[in-house]
Amino acid sequence: MPCPLNGWRNITEFACGGEVIDVPDPTSCSDRAWADYLFMENNVRGVVREWWLHVPSSYWFIAERNTATDEILKTYPADEIFNQQVDYPSPRPSPSRVEGGNLSLPGKIIPSPLEGEAQGKGEDGEI
Amino acid sequence: MLKKSSLPLSLPARHFSGQGRLKSRYDVVIIGGGGHGLATACYLAGDYGVTDVAVLEKGYLAGGNTARNTTIIRSNYLTPEGVAFYEESRKLFAGLSNKLDFNVLYSERGHLTLAHTDAALRTARWRAEVNKHLGVDSELVFPDEIAKLCPQLNLSPDVRYPILGALYHPPGAIARHDAVAWAYARRAAALGVEIHTQTEVTGLKIENGKVTGVKTRRGDIACGKVLQAVAGMSSEVARMAGIKLPVKTIPLQACVSEPVKPFLDPIIVSGSLHVYVSQSARGELVMGAAADPYPLYSTRSTLEFKEELMMHLLELFPFVGGLKILRQWAGMADMTPDFSPVMGLTPVENYYIDAGWGTWGFKATPVCGKRLAELIATGEVPELIKPFELARFHRFQQVGERGAAAVGH
Ligand SMILES: Cc1cc2nc3c(=O)[nH]c(=O)nc-3n(C[C@H](O)[C@H](O)[C@H](O)COP(=O)(O)OP(=O)(O)OC[C@H]3O[C@@H](n4cnc5c(N)ncnc54)[C@H](O)[C@@H]3O)c2cc1C
Repeated sequence: MPCPLNGWRNITEFACGGEVIDVPDPTSCSDRAWADYLFMENNVRGVVREWWLHVPSSYWFIAERNTATDEILKTYPADEIFNQQVDYPSPRPSPSRVEGGNLSLPGKIIPSPLEGEAQGKGEDGEI
Repeated sequence: MLKKSSLPLSLPARHFSGQGRLKSRYDVVIIGGGGHGLATACYLAGDYGVTDVAVLEKGYLAGGNTARNTTIIRSNYLTPEGVAFYEESRKLFAGLSNKLDFNVLYSERGHLTLAHTDAALRTARWRAEVNKHLGVDSELVFPDEIAKLCPQLNLSPDVRYPILGALYHPPGAIARHDAVAWAYARRAAALGVEIHTQTEVTGLKIENGKVTGVKTRRGDIACGKVLQAVAGMSSEVARMAGIKLPVKTIPLQACVSEPVKPFLDPIIVSGSLHVYVSQSARGELVMGAAADPYPLYSTRSTLEFKEELMMHLLELFPFVGGLKILRQWAGMADMTPDFSPVMGLTPVENYYIDAGWGTWGFKATPVCGKRLAELIATGEVPELIKPFELARFHRFQQVGERGAAAVGH
């Protein structure tokens, strides 16, 4: 795969991060829209646009490829698409970054959809 | 030119008659002639007398994942919902040859899920306790006992990932995958079900939120109810019904070695090493690994798969180094985020789904057939499959089986 940062590298050095889709505003979208965003897939047989990661250099970029023919058509840096700051309106005063060095972004509260799931996370270390 | 009379006098009997013309309407149309679709047709006709059924298969009979899987059958899952469901399937499997009068070479071998890390041991213990609680034969064992169950395993501590213990599941089994599909097909056909191969479904007719017909490459047909059971093509077929699924289509590869004399009785799985292996009735080592790293609608094979698989296999069984690989192939697995299937009702009336079977659905062939037939015939969702409905994702109620299904199948 031609990595926009590292040039041609073996495909085993990369990880696929899933399709490029719009993130709904987590502070105002419905539970249903959030579930759709988290779990539902277009899973198209044909040309798709996806996030890919070059693992050794920890570099995220965009790739367009054909899922029917296993061809990579195009790769480019993410800022070719994501060239604007996304500002979600805050539903309540931003959590202060002062206490405890909390690094969460002001105004961006992401619910944990996996809470209450039957299976604990991180136990299946063998995967 | 050969004269007719020079053919052998008695040709072997066909499992079912060749296909005739499509009728203009069926009570039930099943899209996908794999094990799941054929089993459903068989139980519909046999248990409920619903015989006006057509199974429509795009390619040849059961040439999809049914023909490509490594045939591991077990019920030592992690969630109570999963365990109950797969245990019913395992029991049905054990009696299948008798019930269908067709030898499916069901062979109980014992199943060992090796643990090489503390985390894996913990998951194994967890599974064993859930399993035992629900009456499933399952136990955590340690290297001394593993050595008795599988003396061929390299239990030396001087390897990169020494074996610390294993989840032992005595009823773990394998069966002949093609025979399972043929057995269901033969019985279904004998009961009046029509099986049409080379008949791809290309569209659906949906009126007022209700399915009323199916478009195929051989013409349109009207129908009462439709079941889709198309594994790797699940998302594409569901799209025809306007349904979006929590499914990614990811290739899963496998291979077999040349046949050798029987030496390996149990089925050996290692989630940490991404490898599983059993010896078939023909003497071949049947081997597989983790699913491919990215989604793809293709059954191509890769060198990476073989290299990684062999590297780990040789750590477990160093003496197979001289064996040759005989065949390699892949199937398109319909993977869900919680490693559980999507079965039952859909937002479209009279349209039922059986999808998200990923890398673990062969063992579920009988229970899927039986319970989907019950659903289609009675309209009531059986308790056993309720937890797997598509709507669970919108309630954030996944059935997390990752710890039990990721590589184990
Ligand atoms: C390499 C590999 C190893 C596996 N190992 C195991 C294992 O050890 N244990 C286990 O339990 N499971 C295993 N699985 C998973 C198992 O094979 C599947 O989950 C199961 O066989 C699915 O059966 P099915 O009948 O739903 O699908 P399939 O057998 O794939 O049948 C679906 C059929 O639908 C047809 N179809 C698709 N689109 C259309 C259309 N538009 N119109 C008409 N027909 C269509 C296809 O041609 C196909 O024949 C493995 C899978 C693979 C690939």
